Amino acid sequence: MLAWTIYVSFIGALAARLSPWKALARMVALLTALVSLGIGLVALYHWQPGQFVTVIDIQWIPQLGIDYHLAADGISLTLVLLTGIAATAGILFSWNVEKRTQEFFAFYLVLIAGVYGVFLSFDLFLLFAFYEIAIIPKYFLIAIWGSVPKDAAGENAGSQREYAAMKLALYSFAGSALVLAGMVAAWVASGGHSMSLEALAAFHFSTRLQMGLFPLIFVGFAVLAGMWPLHTWAPTGHAAAPTAASMLLAGVVMKLGAYGCLRVAMMLFPAGMDPWGFHVLGFGSWREVFAVLAIIGIVYGASVALVQRDFKFVIGYSSVSHMGFVLLGLMTLTQIGLDGAVLQMFSHGVIAGLLFAVVGRMVYNRTHTRDLNALGPMRLAHAIPFAAVTFILAGMASIGMPGFSGFVAEFQVLIGTWRAFAWMTAVVGVGILVGIAFTWRALTKAFFGEPTPGAAEHALPPISLPEKLGALLLLATTLTVGLYPRILTDMILPALNSPLFEGLRRGAWR
Amino acid sequence: MNIVSYSDLLRFTLPEIVVVVAGLLLLTLDLTVLRQSSREKRLGIAALIACAGCLLAAHMLTHAVPQYSLPDSMFVVTPLTRLVQVALLAFTILTVLLSTSTHITGNIGEYLALILFATVAMMFLVATQNLLLIFVALEFLSLSLYILTGFDKRSRDSAEAALKYFLFGGMSTGFLLFGMSLLYGLSGSIELPQIAAAVSGPALDPLLLVAIVMVAIGFGFKVAAAPFHLWAPDAYQGAPTVSAGFIASSSKVASFFVFGQVAGLGLATAAGYGAFRGYQPGWVPVLCVIAALSMIVGNVAAIAQTSVRRLLAYSAIGHAGYMLLGLIAHSPRGTSALLYYVITYALAALGAFGVLGALDHPSEGVDRIADLAGLYRRAPGLSLCLLVFLLSLAGIPPLAGFFGKFYIFTAVLESEPHLGLLWLVLLAVVMSAVSLYYYLRVLKQVYVADGAPNAKPIRTPLVTRLVLWVLAALVVLLGCAPGLLLNRIGG
Repeated sequence: MLAWTIYVSFIGALAARLSPWKALARMVALLTALVSLGIGLVALYHWQPGQFVTVIDIQWIPQLGIDYHLAADGISLTLVLLTGIAATAGILFSWNVEKRTQEFFAFYLVLIAGVYGVFLSFDLFLLFAFYEIAIIPKYFLIAIWGSVPKDAAGENAGSQREYAAMKLALYSFAGSALVLAGMVAAWVASGGHSMSLEALAAFHFSTRLQMGLFPLIFVGFAVLAGMWPLHTWAPTGHAAAPTAASMLLAGVVMKLGAYGCLRVAMMLFPAGMDPWGFHVLGFGSWREVFAVLAIIGIVYGASVALVQRDFKFVIGYSSVSHMGFVLLGLMTLTQIGLDGAVLQMFSHGVIAGLLFAVVGRMVYNRTHTRDLNALGPMRLAHAIPFAAVTFILAGMASIGMPGFSGFVAEFQVLIGTWRAFAWMTAVVGVGILVGIAFTWRALTKAFFGEPTPGAAEHALPPISLPEKLGALLLLATTLTVGLYPRILTDMILPALNSPLFEGLRRGAWR
Repeated sequence: MNIVSYSDLLRFTLPEIVVVVAGLLLLTLDLTVLRQSSREKRLGIAALIACAGCLLAAHMLTHAVPQYSLPDSMFVVTPLTRLVQVALLAFTILTVLLSTSTHITGNIGEYLALILFATVAMMFLVATQNLLLIFVALEFLSLSLYILTGFDKRSRDSAEAALKYFLFGGMSTGFLLFGMSLLYGLSGSIELPQIAAAVSGPALDPLLLVAIVMVAIGFGFKVAAAPFHLWAPDAYQGAPTVSAGFIASSSKVASFFVFGQVAGLGLATAAGYGAFRGYQPGWVPVLCVIAALSMIVGNVAAIAQTSVRRLLAYSAIGHAGYMLLGLIAHSPRGTSALLYYVITYALAALGAFGVLGALDHPSEGVDRIADLAGLYRRAPGLSLCLLVFLLSLAGIPPLAGFFGKFYIFTAVLESEPHLGLLWLVLLAVVMSAVSLYYYLRVLKQVYVADGAPNAKPIRTPLVTRLVLWVLAALVVLLGCAPGLLLNRIGG
């Protein structure tokens, strides 16, 4: 059943492309996303804790031991649900796309299909294939429909979009090149019989090999997860993308990277995180290196967001900061830290989607500026109160206010960090404080600025129904998970305790 | 010398003879009966004869005895060589069909006949393990290709391209012949298996190394591997589009196959070892260097190109580097990977040139990348085909190029213990990331740029469209189900 999330999305993409009218393409896209979301919800309803559902497992390329193996454990299902929610909301927020509408939704749905495919693949080759399928639509979504700040109009606007799109595509592809090399090496080293993740996880690679392949594959995936210092594609890409694509990029695509880090790099090469046995610059293992990079990302992303003038860049850098929590949670190697990391993937996906929806669709499409200083005098809190309220709630969720999903996730990551590397928690604390600061700054500057005396009030078009529905969907999700996190943790924790992650646990969690 | 019975010779080379007869037939008809007919009629009938000849030959190949050989390894047919021959015939048919919409020449009979003669040369090339016949077939092929390159007599570029191709080709022939003569001198035989048996020994003869380098240079020219690639950009740019597609597709397949035969069979005992630790001299290290250079030069130089054809030429040089990886593996899986890669590459390359050819009009040619701006509006079908071909060349799943790369990487890593050639694979994957940049530059013009506002839709003849769709469908199909081809070339 779950496999149909992929097929439905591909069929929907074709149907949207062939549809003769724009309105029909929109309806097809929405219907496709809703059906996929529905499939995910049905699976959630029937889910037994600790379950591992094999959807399909047939030989694909027997000569190389490659199978067409789609399956789901709790982590996969969590992210499938996220994809469904983010995709649906993204379509609601791109209801106003008029330029080459059919193609827009076709590319959008192909991207979604690739994302579903990654989360459901349990064959490394298949996972990688879906991972790369997602790259090309991203490029075209940004290069054709991207948004650009007003001051860079005309000829320059196009080149900025294309720059961001190309940067994103090349970063993704370079990252996946590292993964490909590592993947081929792992396949050869394991005897060349199988690409199945289960088989590779059960194979005992030599520690030396794991030490070499772990950083290769981890970095390859972490590029897409926005790990500092390879994050620079993220702010430019997010800012240049059309709203729906920003929502997907921040909401789902960055999760592909984090998911790959967990599912491939960490699950297959757990010994790669062991101490090297010597120290370089105070680092004793890859685990410490990546943990420190994650923390730098948290603090750096938040600090840079604090000084941005462009509203969309604020959110773009905040994504880098919040994804830092995911990577940090992974590197704690504690049960609670990993649980927090997966939960943060879900939570950030929803919240970032919401923030980008407010900035890109509700505000920018009405005011045609993203400059915080220019937005202030427009008194948006009065002009579009719905957007202001949404942003306040999303901001609260983003800074980790209890009651929202962000709190549960980041709190767990913090506990994990405390157990694993105690002193680093203090630095993360600083990052959280800066996070509160930049959210507050953006909020007051954009929505509660002082009106310029004498300036005429701008009448802005009211918030449309699709926008309200999309915002409510995302808000409801973050509140639900915030108030009752067990809905997800009951799936994630048993998955982390399954035999697949045996190597990571080494018998017991810290 | 063993005696060859002529009846055997006739029987075994019947498919080749059929193609030759088809070529002569269409040449004669075109020069006599159809002299006064309209261009379209002449093209149609000539193409029909050519395709019929190729189909008949392919039919014979699939239904003949599976395995036989003539004395002196003159003619060695195995299921594998037969498959390659059928693939070559298929490429020829597609090339002939693509050339039905060409405007380059009035000498239709000669053009198509030359394509068929080149095909015959390639068919002999893949089915022999005899140095003498390899050399003769290779020269036959090269001469046909030189003429095909210079066939557009109205264009100075075409003539220049042909001259460059000819001069470089002639030089490479010299190297090749010198290398082959050394091999003969060392082993006393011109049969590949016997050469391998004769030159084996505990230490490599320095003279053998010279022979290896000479042969590598000779074939390096033929397959356009760096640093012997200088002819390729000019030839691809100046040659008539269909000829360029033919050079990029069929002749690549045949040249790489025979290169694989010479290296893997004739020099099997002098392979050497190409990793840094445990380095041993032999042809593997030589090819490692050539492959690495090709991947770097081809992919980096392609970035700077403004002409689509030159870009494809440099990308072909890069791809030659990847194909050399398959040779370096020198294992059954390496051969299989090489064949898969080179066949799927040929599909995509022929398709890409086919699209360019379809855009070629006597009044407005397409050469600069910027000329493609807004193509998606003027020709949505062609644009989609070009998207498929270029993304396959870039190695994006689910297209055939992706599996080809993956397969060839696994083969080359597997070939040496302890992942010795990981450095080469890492270089290859990094360069494939570079390649995405320039393919996307082309696709950006096609899909993102708006182009002239009043541009008219482009009309493409039905046959051309059909061929391009078949090629695109094959690229997708072989990417989604590589087993279809792997079952036949051995996995």
